This record gives sequence, C-alpha cells and structure tokens, in this order.
Amino acid sequence: MPAVSKGDGMRGLAVFISDIRNCKSKEAEIKRINKELANIRSKFKGDKALDGYSKKKYVCKLLFIFLLGHDIDFGHMEAVNLLSSNKYTEKQIGYLFISVLVNSNSELIRLINNAIKNDLASRNPTFMCLALHCIANVGSREMGEAFAADIPRILVAGDSMDSVKQSAALCLLRLYKASPDLVPMGEWTARVVHLLNDQHMGVVTAAVSLITCLCKKNPDDFKTCISLAVSRLSRIVSSASTDLQDYTYYFVPAPWLSVKLLRLLQCYPPPEDAAVKGRLVECLETVLNKAQEPPKSKKVQHSNAKNAILFETISLIIHYDSEPNLLVRACNQLGQFLQHRETNLRYLALESMCTLASSEFSHEAVKTHIDTVINALKTERDVSVRQRAADLLYAMCDRSNAKQIVSEMLRYLETADYAIREEIVLKVAILAEKYAVDYSWYVDTILNLIRIAGDYVSEEVWYRVLQIVTNRDDVQGYAAKTVFEALQAPACHENMVKVGGYILGEFGNLIAGDPRSSPPVQFSLLHSKFHLCSVATRALLLSTYIKFINLFPETKATIQGVLRAGSQLRNADVELQQRAVEYLTLSSVASTDVLATVLEEMPPFPERESSILAKLKRKKGPGAASALDDGRRDASSNDINGGVEPTPSTVSTPSPSADLLGLRAAPPPAAPQAPAGAGNLLVDVSSDGPVAQPGLGPTPEEAFLSELEPPAPESPMALLADPAPAADPGPEDFGSPIPEADELLNKFVCKNNGVLFENQLLQIGVKSEFRQNLGRMYLFYGNKTSVQFQSFTPTVVHPGDLQTHILLAWPSPLAPGLPSWDEMDPGRDPSSALLPESLSAS
Amino acid sequence: MKGRSEEPWPGGSMRFMLLFSRQGKLRLQKWYLATSDKERKKMVRELMQVVLARKPKMCSFLEWRDLKVVYKRYASLYFCCAIEGQDNELITLELIHRYVELLDKYFGSVCELDIIFNFEKAYFILDEFLMGGDVQDTSKKSVLKAIEQADLLQEEDESPRSVLEEMGLA
Repeated sequence: MPAVSKGDGMRGLAVFISDIRNCKSKEAEIKRINKELANIRSKFKGDKALDGYSKKKYVCKLLFIFLLGHDIDFGHMEAVNLLSSNKYTEKQIGYLFISVLVNSNSELIRLINNAIKNDLASRNPTFMCLALHCIANVGSREMGEAFAADIPRILVAGDSMDSVKQSAALCLLRLYKASPDLVPMGEWTARVVHLLNDQHMGVVTAAVSLITCLCKKNPDDFKTCISLAVSRLSRIVSSASTDLQDYTYYFVPAPWLSVKLLRLLQCYPPPEDAAVKGRLVECLETVLNKAQEPPKSKKVQHSNAKNAILFETISLIIHYDSEPNLLVRACNQLGQFLQHRETNLRYLALESMCTLASSEFSHEAVKTHIDTVINALKTERDVSVRQRAADLLYAMCDRSNAKQIVSEMLRYLETADYAIREEIVLKVAILAEKYAVDYSWYVDTILNLIRIAGDYVSEEVWYRVLQIVTNRDDVQGYAAKTVFEALQAPACHENMVKVGGYILGEFGNLIAGDPRSSPPVQFSLLHSKFHLCSVATRALLLSTYIKFINLFPETKATIQGVLRAGSQLRNADVELQQRAVEYLTLSSVASTDVLATVLEEMPPFPERESSILAKLKRKKGPGAASALDDGRRDASSNDINGGVEPTPSTVSTPSPSADLLGLRAAPPPAAPQAPAGAGNLLVDVSSDGPVAQPGLGPTPEEAFLSELEPPAPESPMALLADPAPAADPGPEDFGSPIPEADELLNKFVCKNNGVLFENQLLQIGVKSEFRQNLGRMYLFYGNKTSVQFQSFTPTVVHPGDLQTHILLAWPSPLAPGLPSWDEMDPGRDPSSALLPESLSAS
Repeated sequence: MKGRSEEPWPGGSMRFMLLFSRQGKLRLQKWYLATSDKERKKMVRELMQVVLARKPKMCSFLEWRDLKVVYKRYASLYFCCAIEGQDNELITLELIHRYVELLDKYFGSVCELDIIFNFEKAYFILDEFLMGGDVQDTSKKSVLKAIEQADLLQEEDESPRSVLEEMGLA
C-alpha cells in the first residue's frame, strides 16, 4: 500500500518519515532528526500560536522520533494542550503522546488530570473512552488517586454506553492491578457481577476480566459470579456457530470470552450447588467431545481457537482435581496431542501434562506416556519443546520409573542447551536422592552429573552428596572407590576434585588396602590436580592432606614436605597460608591421640531439608520460600581452627566465706613482693614473662587448700581484707600450675577477650586491644555470690621494665551479678575495673 | 503451567507487544507495565535477538525471563507478545491474528510500509482492540466501526489545506 497516510493528512509527517527511511547511514539519520527537532522547537517557541493541526503534526513527529529510539525532552506541554482541543484527532494524538512519553512533572500531571476529568465528564462516549484509555495506559499511582473513585461509578451507571462500560471495566482493572488499595469494594461490585448478563458481549468480556482479578483478593464479594459464568459458558459452548455472529471466530463461538470464563472459574473451587455443578460438568464434557469431532475449517485459526478453549478446559479440570472421569479424559486428549503434527500443540500438551502428573487421579495415566515423552526429549528439534519434555519427565517421576528417567535425563544433559543445564542438574539431583533405594546408584548419578556438566553442578548438589555419604555407612566404601576411579580420568572437573578430596579424606582408609588405591597413590592422585585447582578447592585439599597424615602415618613425611613448601607457607591467599601453617604445626606438635581426635571422622549431619529443592524453586519462580540449609557446613572446613577450646574451670568448691583468690595464701616463691594498693601494677599477658602475683595464690586450688577461718556471712568485709591483685590464675612459673593453666594462659596468646579466671565466688574476664607497641586491657570482675563485696580492690603486678598506667576506681563495692562478657562496656559498667595500660616494648 | 492459585494477578495479563522487522527495526511497541526507558530498550534488544534466532519450524512459544513470549511472523514483520506464565498461549496467538486482520481491513492488504507511515493509526487500532493488555472487544466489526468513526471525525475536523500550507510555506 502507498506511503500516504490514510484518512488524509499530515503529509509533512509522511515526508519526514520518508526522509528518515532514505537516510543512508546512522549519522545521516541523526542529522535529519536534529534538523527536525530544531525546527519543531522553533515552531513551539515561536510567537505565532500554532493551530491545532500543526501542533498535532509536530507532536506526532516527536512521537515518531521517540519511537525510533531517540530521547525527547520537550513537547509535553504542547501535547497536553492538544488534550483540551475539541477535535477528536488532536486529542487522540495528545493522549497517545503522553501515554507513551510519561512525564512525572507534577505541573503537567495536574494539567493532564484536568483534561482527563473534563473528558470523563463530557458525556461524549468517544472522548470518555480516550480518557479512560489514557488512565489505563499510564496507570500511575497519581492517576489512580485522582480517578479510582470515579471509574466504578461510570462502569455501573445506567446511562453509560456499552463502549464506555467496556473501557471503564478494563481501566478499573488496570488501576486495581497497579494500586489495589485505591479501589475499595463497594456497592458497585454486585452490579459488576450483574454485567455478566449483559447482552453486549464486549461488555461481558471486559467484566469477566475485571472480576477475575478482583475476586482473588475479595472472593466473597464476587461469589455470585460463578453460576452466571457457568450459564454463560454453557450457552456459548452449546450454541451453533451462527448464533453469535460477530463474536464467532472462524466457526468457533466467542473463543476469548469462553477462555476468560473458564479462567474465572479457576479462581474458585468447584461449585457447591449441584445443579450448577452438573451444568458445568456437562459443559466441560461437551468441549472434550468436540475435540474429537472433525474440524469445521482447515484454517489454523479455527483449530487454535478451538484448542485454546480445550486447553483452558483441561486447566479447569486439573484445578478442580475432583472428577476422575474428566481427568482421565483430559489426560488421554493430551496424550493424543503429544504426537500431533503441530509443534505448538505438542508443546502445550507436554506443558499441560506436567500439572496433570501431580494429581493423584491422573498420575498413573500420565505415566503411560513415558515412552512418547522420552522420544520427544530425544528427537524434538525445538529446544523449548525438549525442555517441556524434560519438565514432564521430572513431574511424572516416581519410584517405578526413577532409574529410567534419571538415565534419560543424564543422556539429555550431555547435549542440552547451556541455559537449561543447571536446572536439569538440580532436577536430576533431587530425583536421584528422592527415589534412591540403593545409594550407590545415587552416588553414581551425582558423580555422573559432575562428569557431564560439572560447571553447572552447584554447591548445594555436591554438598548434599557429601552429607549423604557421611550419613550412610553402607555407601562410604563404594563412594571412595568410585570417586577414586573418577579422579583418574585425565581431565576431570574441579567439582570432582572437591568431592573426591573430601571423600578420600574421610573414607580413603576404606580402600587403602587395595594396592591400586594405597595411601601414597591416593595422595599423589589428589596432589596431581592440586595446582590446577582454585583456591577453595586447594583449601579443601589441604584439609584432606592433614586427614591423610592422621589416617596414613606413612604419608606424613611426604605431606609435610608439601605443606612446608614455600608456595604453601607463603601463599598469597591468606586462607591457604593459614591452613598450611596450622596443619603443618598440628602435624608436628600434636601427639597421635590428639591428632586422631582432632581429625576424627565427621559425625553424621543432622537431617534437614535438602537445599537443592529450595534452589530449584528459586530458579523456577518468584515467591518461593528460601529454605536454604543455613546449618549446612562448608564441607571443606573441618573445624580444625578453634578445635580445642578450653573452658576456664571452676576448680574447687570453696565456701562463700573463703578467701576469694587465695589472698591469704603464701605468695609463691618466685613472686616478688607487690606493693599494696592499686597503682603501678601490671598484668603481663604475654606467655613468657614471669608474672608476679603476690598474695594471689598461684592456683585457685592451692588457694583454697589453705583455707582460712570462714568469716561470718554478715561481714563481707572480712572477705576482702587484703588488697587483691588482678587475676592471672595460672602462670607457668609457679610451683604447680593447675592442669588448665597452660590452656587458660595460652588461650590469651590468640584471644583478646574471654574469661580469665573463675571460681564459685568470682569471675574475672579480660578484654584487650593492642596496636603496635601499645596495649590496653580491661579486667572485669563478676561477683558470683549474692552478697556485695565491699572494698573490693584488685592489684596488678608487673615486671619492672614495663611501663604502666593504671586507672582504677578502687576500692569500691562489687555488687552481685555476673556481667555478660559480650556486652561488657568498660565505659558503662561501674562494676568493672578499668586498667588501661600502655606497654612500651621492652 | 503454574498452579493457578499461585499467580499474583489471576486472569494474567499481557506485559507488552512488539512489532519488528527481520532486520531488527522496531515498528511498534506497546507497554502494559511501567518500566524505565532504559529497561525497555534492553528488553527489546534481548527479545529481538532471541526471536530472530528462531527457525521456521519451531513452535510459537518460548520462555523468556519469567514470561512467556508468543510470536508469529507475518510477511516481513514479527508480532511478539509477552504474557504472564499462566496465560493461555493459543488464544494470544489468535489475538495477534485478530490484530493483523484489523490492520488488514483498515489499510487494505496491510504491509509493513503501512505501519511505518501510519504508525499512529496502528496504535489507535491496537488501543481499540486491547486496553491495559486485555481484549476489549473481540468483534471485528465493532472495532473497525469505532476506528472508522474516528476517521470520520478527523475528516470533519480538517479543512482542506494546500500542499504549500502543509509545508509551512504559504
């Protein structure tokens, strides 16, 4: 058809469009556009007021330029002006412009809303429809606020024309979707339901769309629509094709309306009224019957429309899930479609069957088609169809066909599109776990997954296999053997190394007897992959190596050699370096027993829901609850760090009246005399300095051996007769340190905070911070009794050459109550002693 | 298909409709959801690539992002609708066909050029047919009647102009 606009005009526009099309290059196009923009700008700014026609033309040009992809930053005002024109076409262009180029300028919005308001009130149906359209097109919250109250009125007003009612219904629908709170239910809802009986099919169609949306949040308000919908549907389905005239589409009566009615019915459970239900069932059966009849037309439009209704009917049947007869019929119908010539129908049948598969009534019926589906998976040329087939296999999987389906899916995985691999991996992993009777099959399947699509095997999947192998004794040996063999492949995926590394580290002993998988062989196999792996994998392997040292002492020297290598000890990555250093030291320092305890086999993981399912839900759709295994352990960390955590012990049970800190005990021989009272005392936190604690019994134990006469509880003063030095309970150079002394003290090599000392009466904790050569320590005293300590005075002793600076608030009462160490704030808590000290390097 | 009870807006909706040529030129874009310009351009680019890569024998539906795309080629133009996951695909296919029929009736054997030079009419016809992504009226007659009425109004509005006047040279 010619390049001239129909219905006349705007030749200037046509010329402009021609010019653009004739531009030979992008630059030429931009040049032409800029020229036009300049022209339009000048026209808009010009002194002469533009007439409506010209304005319309220029606004249209701007619109065209915008739709080409260029930004437009002016013209809104002129477009808004067009809205107030009385000429329909000018209004139309104005509305089109502002609904395409939405502007959030509040002044403009005000003007636009004004124009809309005028048009809505104009009683001219064409103008009203234009306005309603604009509201629906823009659908912004501001528009909703301005008009949401008016639309329902217009919709149900008796004198509204059909076209206006149609538009109002859909406009309201759009506003409701955007801002449901702005459209409260009211009297109008009953009348909207009544529109289902309208004689104008367009009005009915629009009303059905509206009700379908509204009834989701307000089901009771619209419940009466069910019977109306059923009778309407029934009339359409059983009508001859000549009845509905205009609304018959290629010999199919009112397909859109039928589909919408079927959709509306899916918002509710099956009708309670027996008559209504009977009528509906009859209707559904008619649809199913018609599908078997020869088509009235060869045109694809006819069959599409007919099948659209059929598929929606099947959806409804599936939704009800209560009529076994219908469900089986639906399944059979879909089964026929599975082999249909038309790709679209095969696609839709596969998709629809997925939902059928989960219904108990039809699950078995669906399974009968397994061979067709597998065939589709193998032979369909269209990847979308293949994917539907894979989905259906997943849905129809149960114990009887799990092995077959999993193997088909694995085969499919080998050639699948990269975009869908991860999903298939997750599904196979889920199926393998769910239906595993024999766990060696499960292990094989997962290892196959890694082999075929290693990149797409996410953490959740291989963590899971490790969890399961750890928890099931019967499969551990098999897993070790299989993974060992898998690792021998020349190019094996890094995930395989991770899984293999972990499994051999835990269960390598189960295959160590066989010379082909002896410990040195296992180690060198793993180590041959070491340098090819990422940091995370190498970290895991290092943990495996220390486990090997424990399991296979004969490998100790070799492995230590590896750990000792500069590339490990001075590795740029902190985690690797730390592991190498710590593991090396652990292997040298720890006795065999300790090593064995530290590197004991991992205990079974607690049973929890598989995170794989959660991940699949996240991939597949929004709104799925993320049931991630938050307790899931990092398989590569063996909790070696922080493994031995000594707790300060309450060594003995002194009576409340006993000397708290053994104050009256004889000072240990090596301890120098400490001056009484607070002041220049220092606690040496470093492990190798002699710590002088006069009066401080070397150990709580000792202190309480030399118990003094118990003073009366009413005179707490007696408890604290002497100045008490600060607590360092167990320095090594005292006579007989308590067994825990080492640990108690050594703990503070690594830790800055914690409980330093504790017995029945007192708990002493420390919080320290250090920067370069300066340090600061806070000591906290907790009174474990129920009486207050009066004049509690701690004393601190230090070797001479360390400078100190002590700030104390002593003596002062120490009220009962243990502080919570985590919350201890030196500034806040009055019962704590503050001992900020500066140490200069000695 | 997703279970119906899970959908956010039952009845589903069309998110947008695009018309583009085999060379990737966009001829019409109608958006039924609020998105930024930048996001729209991105979606258009992406989707065009996906659809143009499809082979002739493939089915008319594909999954893209969290939507379903229904598309059909008419001569040199691809008509592409993005619908929500639970919408009825076949009826959307026929919706596209109905739109093409309307264009055809209006322009008389419509071709891409008609849509290029009368883009605003293409939008008007689409707006008569769909509102907010939903079918307004499925009667071909009604829709065409409404459009023709609008044209009549336009002719009434317009007083004849000379070509010179039109070019702003008179």
